[in-house]
Amino acid sequence: MNSLHMVSHEVPLAWYLLLSAVLFCLGVVGFLIKRNLITVFMSIELMLNAVNLSFVTFAHQWHQVKGQIFVFFVMMVAAAEAAVGLAIIIAVFRARATLAVDRIDLMKL
Amino acid sequence: MLYLPLIPLAPFVGFLLNGSFGRRLPKAVVSGIALVAPLISFVIVLHAALLVWSSSLTLPVIEQNAPSWISVGALHVDFGSVLDQLSLVMLLVVTGVGFIIHIYSVGYMHEDQGYWRYFAYLNLFLFFMTVLVQAGNALMMFVGWEGVGLASYLLIGFWFQKDSAANAGKKAFIVNRIGDFGFLIGLFLLLANFGTLTFTEIAARLEANPAMTGGILTAIALCLFVGATGKSAQLPLYVWLPDAMEGPTPVSALIHAATMVTAGVYMVARTHFIFDRSPLALSVVAIVGAATALFAATIGLVQTDIKRVLAYSTVSQLGYMFLGCGVAAYSAAIFHLMTHAFFKALLFLAAGSVIHAVGGEQDMRRMGGLRTKIPVTFWTMTMAVLAISGFPFMSAFFSKDAILAAAFASGSLGKVLWFVGLVTAALTAFYMFRLWYLTFFGETRNHDVHPHESPWSMLGPLVILALLSVGGGWIGAGRFGAFLSPSLGVRTEEAAGSSEYLLMVLAVAAGALGWYIAHRMYNRPSTADGLAATTPAGYDLLANKYYVDEIYGSAIVKPLLAFSKYFLEWIVDVAILGGLAWLLAGIASLGGAILQRWQSGNLRSYAAWLALGAAILLVFVLAPYVFGASGIGLNLTGH
Repeated sequence: MNSLHMVSHEVPLAWYLLLSAVLFCLGVVGFLIKRNLITVFMSIELMLNAVNLSFVTFAHQWHQVKGQIFVFFVMMVAAAEAAVGLAIIIAVFRARATLAVDRIDLMKL
Repeated sequence: MLYLPLIPLAPFVGFLLNGSFGRRLPKAVVSGIALVAPLISFVIVLHAALLVWSSSLTLPVIEQNAPSWISVGALHVDFGSVLDQLSLVMLLVVTGVGFIIHIYSVGYMHEDQGYWRYFAYLNLFLFFMTVLVQAGNALMMFVGWEGVGLASYLLIGFWFQKDSAANAGKKAFIVNRIGDFGFLIGLFLLLANFGTLTFTEIAARLEANPAMTGGILTAIALCLFVGATGKSAQLPLYVWLPDAMEGPTPVSALIHAATMVTAGVYMVARTHFIFDRSPLALSVVAIVGAATALFAATIGLVQTDIKRVLAYSTVSQLGYMFLGCGVAAYSAAIFHLMTHAFFKALLFLAAGSVIHAVGGEQDMRRMGGLRTKIPVTFWTMTMAVLAISGFPFMSAFFSKDAILAAAFASGSLGKVLWFVGLVTAALTAFYMFRLWYLTFFGETRNHDVHPHESPWSMLGPLVILALLSVGGGWIGAGRFGAFLSPSLGVRTEEAAGSSEYLLMVLAVAAGALGWYIAHRMYNRPSTADGLAATTPAGYDLLANKYYVDEIYGSAIVKPLLAFSKYFLEWIVDVAILGGLAWLLAGIASLGGAILQRWQSGNLRSYAAWLALGAAILLVFVLAPYVFGASGIGLNLTGH
């Protein structure tokens, strides 16, 4: 009895992928509509983890360890990104006394 | 052991040293560098000449396995030099006279602000001139050819603060470019028809193919001759040489009398195997040469500036050389080139000494009576005047006679050209003795100056050149043709005929006639208007140089300037190119103004565009799976 058989009998592959897609879309929507910078930041994390889920799913499906290794990479980058991103958010808050994305538009000429 | 590459390299190093550091070096060091460089070249050439003379060196010495310069497809050009009888004679003249004039310059230019600059240019000139002479192929010759043009430009415009000097430099350069254009076309034709630019290979190919005459060879020869008319100041491109007298006098002596302007003659002699195959081209060379000789001599009759008389005399004597080339008497032409280098360099240097003595005055009407004030200059100048007038057994007597005899011996056209040459000889004697009388005899016509003799650094070269002018003819008399025959081919026409003595007597008589008329007109106290009084109308025509500069000015220069200004500048540059640039800039800034709105600075709008882009890409990637293989979009699977 191989694990492909097991997976297909326990929870179908499509469900995992569907969950991943739903999470990703939630992340995108959160990113687009939320004003608070911290919420936007969390939405990014959500998208990353949605992708992680699909990686793990496929890794399990095809008995490939590569997908899982990729997940570790993503988690590591996400951790670094969280450190840098939170530092930036604190710096922005100190400078502007706000975290509203709409008002952080100094890049515009 | 021969160190042929050192001949051009020594002056080049001198140029680099003086050109880079001369400003900060003391004058003694600058002169030391400037004099040693040509001395090295001269000693090497002299050594080679002595080896040849003692028969321990066989010419030609053609450099084997020279470093390659250009190697593209079938075209191979190397840096190879060639030392044969022809280039040996020319190198002796160039480095010998060049060295003497360097010495003279030390005295002449001593007070000048640009002392170091002057010697840097002069060494640069010697570098390019020796490259030109030693070149084993036409392209290297062209490099030297352009290089001496550059040096000439720099030295004519040496006193560039003067407008007239700067303009004369430009005129010389531009007129020379016209000639160079012809030379360049000639090179292309050579390359297209022979596939090589090496002189020996072209000569060998012509020898292997005796049936090849006229046609394309005439075209090549005439193109090369156009180049020669520019560099050697022949009709119709002679106009730059009289103006070139704006440069320092030693420069006029070295570049615009003794060496550079004879490069055209040298080039024709070097490529004689092409000219030999084209009787038409030879006739053109002979006619242009004879016409220039007569034309320039007539203008020289009435000039009042001492250097301009000598300039027109140079143009006229170069005409003689081309007349010699044109009747295939190349060795006679080279012989005259050599003697001319001696006596014309001497004339210019002596004139420089005169100008030096009277405080910069160049107008002969304000000289006179200098005979006793500057005796050394007077006696050396007298030797040169006698030499150029063809006084018996002086240098030009032999060389001019050789040319005239060769002209007389070459058919009915030759007889006409011989007569033109004879008339020119009389005119030459007239204007030279006119200069002599006006400058040295009679009463002084300018009492403001107190003439003084020049320093010995200037008089020494005069004495050396005077000895060469007097005795230089004996070097080549009777054996020059035989010596040069390995380079220039054996000519039977030059063999002495029974009529040669008669021709000789006629030439001397023509010179004597010129002297006699000059004597009658100018040997009275305080006269300077001898010729002007006899024929006012003719005098005006000559004094205005046949209005050639004015004709060129209104026929060529003005229309060209108008074309440049109204068509090239206003229509092409301002309207078309400027408009095009303006249009492109307008499109770019308009596009920028539109796209600028996209960059809102709003993070969420960027994110939205990002998401939209990702979604569109996703559609493209997935479309084949969703809609089947015939669906839209990219086929990323590769199937």
